[in-house]
Amino acid sequence: MTQTETGGPYDGNALAGPLAEVFALEVTAAVARCRGCGRSSPVATLAVYGPDPGLVGRCPGCADVLVRVVRTPDEVWLDLGGMSALRFSFPS
Amino acid sequence: MLLERRTESPSARTLVLQVDEWAGHLPGQHVDVRLTAEDGYQTARSYSLAAPPDGDRLEITVQRADGGEVSPFLADDLEVGDRVELRGPLGGWFVWRPEDPGPVLLVAGGSGVVPLMAMIRARAGVSRAPFRLIYSVRTPEDRLYAAELRRRAAEDGGLDVSYVYTREAPADSPRPPGRIRADDLVTHGWPPDFEPTCFVCGPTPLVEAVAGLLVGWGHDPGRIRTERFGGS
Repeated sequence: MTQTETGGPYDGNALAGPLAEVFALEVTAAVARCRGCGRSSPVATLAVYGPDPGLVGRCPGCADVLVRVVRTPDEVWLDLGGMSALRFSFPS
Repeated sequence: MLLERRTESPSARTLVLQVDEWAGHLPGQHVDVRLTAEDGYQTARSYSLAAPPDGDRLEITVQRADGGEVSPFLADDLEVGDRVELRGPLGGWFVWRPEDPGPVLLVAGGSGVVPLMAMIRARAGVSRAPFRLIYSVRTPEDRLYAAELRRRAAEDGGLDVSYVYTREAPADSPRPPGRIRADDLVTHGWPPDFEPTCFVCGPTPLVEAVAGLLVGWGHDPGRIRTERFGGS
């Protein structure tokens, strides 16, 4: 992300920070499988809208919502209901 | 903590920040900057790191977005010595690793050049991978890092830099102003059979257009890495 203040849409690279608080492995290189169309996409390539009030990541194939992230001062709220799988690689 | 601010263009500033602990980062990674108002309201924005790590010093380049909540503050108001909350390094997909083989094509739109500049700076003296940068900007005065890119193109062996002007081109430019086209990529990029890794960063419409042109030309979609930051 060069910067996320230009109005969106962004892409899944912008999810790195919010999701780094949740996952132990780097998430933008992880591959998400869309529950709607079955397409597998690196998280970095999702179409992302936000950042306020939260980030919404959509499938680059069918535009279904794959992930929603909302951060409050003391909680992270994460909805992965649009994915049927999320595959991480261990660091090489 | 802000150590220094440099003017890169009429609307862009490089901020040199000193951080308390930093384990290093890869070119292409970014940080999230979080600001907290006196009433507790928080907001965060992502900024690409513009240079390889230099001890505990980091550089980001901030393009002022008119009406933006964070970038005008960082670009103009944050004072040397002020502290901001910063998290990173972030991202592991839009990164170039100096040990990666093969040629690299970099395509930037506007301030999308920032993470690509980090790659160019990280390459110097470390990798001999040939790099080509195609940099799309509105006008000559919107170019970031123009003097350094001119110097590096002359001194860093294997780096080529070319510009695409979309609104106003210099008088001696043979190309009329206009958005990036297939023949710009053909003239200044790498052909598909060179199997370059392609990094494309800029406003969403430019990124989508360039990625589409590269795939249409025969480049492997698996070697095209993209980073979009909005824009209409």
